[in-house]
This record gives sequence, C-alpha cells and structure tokens, in this order.
Amino acid sequence: MKIKADRDVCIGAGNCVLAAENVFDQDDDAIVVVLVESPDDEDAESARNAVGSCPSGALSIEET
Amino acid sequence: MASPVTPAQAPVLPLHMRRARFDPPAEMARIREQPGLAGVTTPLGRAAWLVTRYEDAREVLGDATRFSSAGLPVIPVPGTTPEEQRSGNLLMLDPPGHTRLRRLLTGEFTVKRIRRLEPRIAEIVADHLDAMEQAGPPADLVPDFALPVPSLVICELLGVPYADRADFHRRAAQQLDLTRPMEERGKVALESRAYMGELIDRAVAAPGEDMLGMLVREHGDDLTRTELVGIASLLLIAGHETTASMLAIGTLALLRHPEQAALLRDDPQVAAPAVEELMRYLSVVHSGVPRVATADTEVAGQAIGAGDVVVVSLPAADRDRALVEDPDRLDVGRAASHHVAFGHGVHHCLGAPLARMEMATAFPALLRRFPTLAPAMPFEDVEFRSASVVYGLRSLPVTW
Repeated sequence: MKIKADRDVCIGAGNCVLAAENVFDQDDDAIVVVLVESPDDEDAESARNAVGSCPSGALSIEET
Repeated sequence: MASPVTPAQAPVLPLHMRRARFDPPAEMARIREQPGLAGVTTPLGRAAWLVTRYEDAREVLGDATRFSSAGLPVIPVPGTTPEEQRSGNLLMLDPPGHTRLRRLLTGEFTVKRIRRLEPRIAEIVADHLDAMEQAGPPADLVPDFALPVPSLVICELLGVPYADRADFHRRAAQQLDLTRPMEERGKVALESRAYMGELIDRAVAAPGEDMLGMLVREHGDDLTRTELVGIASLLLIAGHETTASMLAIGTLALLRHPEQAALLRDDPQVAAPAVEELMRYLSVVHSGVPRVATADTEVAGQAIGAGDVVVVSLPAADRDRALVEDPDRLDVGRAASHHVAFGHGVHHCLGAPLARMEMATAFPALLRRFPTLAPAMPFEDVEFRSASVVYGLRSLPVTW
C-alpha cells in the first residue's frame, strides 16, 4: 500500500495522528505529514483506519 | 377586535431533537430505513431535508461546494448586520474564507500541542475532584465537575478571565437554548460579542502568551476586530458547553452501564476508545447541522433544489448500522472512531484533540476517585436538556 496526502485539502483535525502515530504527523500548522509512505503489515491496519477517519478527504490509499 | 399579535415564541422542538434519554427518538430509526430523505422543520422554523444515514451525512458534510454553510439565516439582532454576526464565525463560512481563518487556528490544536496540556488538564481535574471529596456527598456533577473543568481549561488557553465564568456560562447556555425567544437569544449573542470585544481590545493593548494574544500578535494585521471577536466568541462557547455536556451525560451513561464504567476505570488502554464510543453513542451536538444546497442536486436519490436547506442529524447517523454493529449498545471497548459526532468535512471540530484529551482524562479520574459513584436521584427524574443546540443534563446529583 502507498499512502497519499493532499496537504491543500487537509484541515488539521489530527484524526490520522491519533489513529496511526507511526505513520502520520502534523506540522506546526497542524497539516498532515506522512512519515511512512508504505507502512509495513504491523501499521497497515491503523493506517487504513486513519484514512477512514479523515474528515477532509485529504488521505487516500493506493494498493500496490 | 384586532387580530392578536403573534407572540415571539420558540418553535416546536424539531423531530430529530426529541430524544429518548440517550437515544435518538424512536421515529429516527424508521426514517433512516426509508428511501430518500424526510422533511423536517429547523429550530428557526424553516422547512428542510433531514439526513439520518451515516453515508449520507458524510456525503453532505464532506462536500462544502454543493452544501454551503454560508447564507444560512442568522437570528436578527438590532444594531448589527448578519454579515457582522457571521464575521469570524467559522461555522457560517465556506472555503476559501473558512480555510483562511481555520489555518490561523489549527496550529494551536495539534495533537502534540494538546498533549503538552495533559499535565495541566489532569491537575484541573484533580483539583475539582479534591473539592468534591472534601465537601462530601452528595454533589451536583454539572456545576461541581462537568462544567468548570472544560471552562477553566478553555479560559487558560484563550486568555479569558475565569472570574467572569458565571456571566459567560449563563450567556452561552442562553444562546444555545432554543426555548428562548429568538430576539432574546440574539440580544444575548450581542452581549457575548461586546464582552469578547473588551477582551480583544485588552489583548491588542497588551498581548499575552495565550491564544487571544497569539492571534493579535501574529495575525492582528490580517484580521479585523469583528473577525477576532467572532473567532474568540466561537472558541469560548464551543470550548466549554460541548465538553461539559459530554462529561455530564457521559458519566450518567457510564453509571447506567456499570460493566462499561468498570472497564474504563480499571484499564487505562480503554480511555481513548471509550471517549470515541461515548461521543458516538451520545452525539451531543444534536440540533441538526444545517447546510444550503448551492445548486440542484440529489442525496440518497432525493432531488434537492438549489437553496433548499439540508439538516444532518449527527445522533441518527452515529446510530446507523452502516457505522457499527449493534449501534444502540454502548460498548467502550470497540473501535468507533469513524463516528461523526465531531462533524465531518471542513467544519470538523477544530478543538477535537482538546475535547478528547479532556474526556480521556476526566472520565477515568472521576471513576477512580469515587469507585462507588452513583446517581443520587431516580434515573426517571434526571432532567435532560433537549431544547438546546448541545444535548446535556440540567443537573446530575451524585453520591458515593
């Protein structure tokens, strides 16, 4: 899987950080930063959960 | 005899706000199962489409282009224009104007920033529990715990004098109280803005280290005074009324489900999922989130005309089987984080990380301090506050 984040769409809600701290972070303005573009199996489920809980639609997953 | 003048009375409570204690009204489940959308009357007396399904709620709230937050009617207030009332109120703005203001604030509510507040929040919670313990049972959980904890937190964060709390608590409750005549609510809103205007002027004269000081110092040139007042007024109300309601009604829900309360009390790992589940189960912002269709469109096969008002019931959407199995059961151990109790789309609650931190700290601390905590009145007699934008309890006498 490959995670894509549209930083122009992100509203800084922080749901992704709470769901998958190893995969996502926020910059000083709260906008999403992807720490791991292709999470391993251990983090894959929480990453999917994070994408599902994103309120702005900034996150998507490309299955590879 | 001349025809009588219609008194300025509050409209009948809309269907979606007539709750059965913790639950949405029974009719909502029926409406959710029916195709299309039902019609409903908004608290301001306007005809609207009612969205009750989870996927439909996400569709409407997630599309600010088709469903606008601007242009909704505001309560008429003498001496001010609707534009002034909307100014700085993020809930009444669309992108890109909304984006501009929100981005000035989001940095204050990052997960990291809020985690830094955790020790202070824990201290505020402990102080209020100490006071309850010293006074001894019974206590009223609303004025003794649920309201003052988030109120003090948001005061410190914003830079609002906590000494003024009696007045701003009263004004916030009145502004959100739909049983009050509109003129009165409008007048109170004006008082709130006047109060916040004074605080803004003080911050301009001597900006402090708090959020008002930050806004004035870093964005004073980009924001008008009216915008600053609007932003700060919204943050103050949204910062205490909502979390206060959740702490009170959430505690009652836990006390009615003692096995769930025990899980939360005994296992620190349960705190985060329990907060999400309580948010989902109770969905206290229940007056129906309104949007205006910007063009002819369709939701769930229902034709919607340009200019039609669409109201989203968050409590109904969060009790949809499309979100979780057995949605009417409170299950603090389950993963329910995709709920819409904080909203969805660009208006998703700005303070969500703060609210989550406050609840994840306050609920377990309360249950651990008073393991025998119980309502001090029959459940049937607890007064729920239905006719408010934010659902909650008028009071919750407890003993231990």
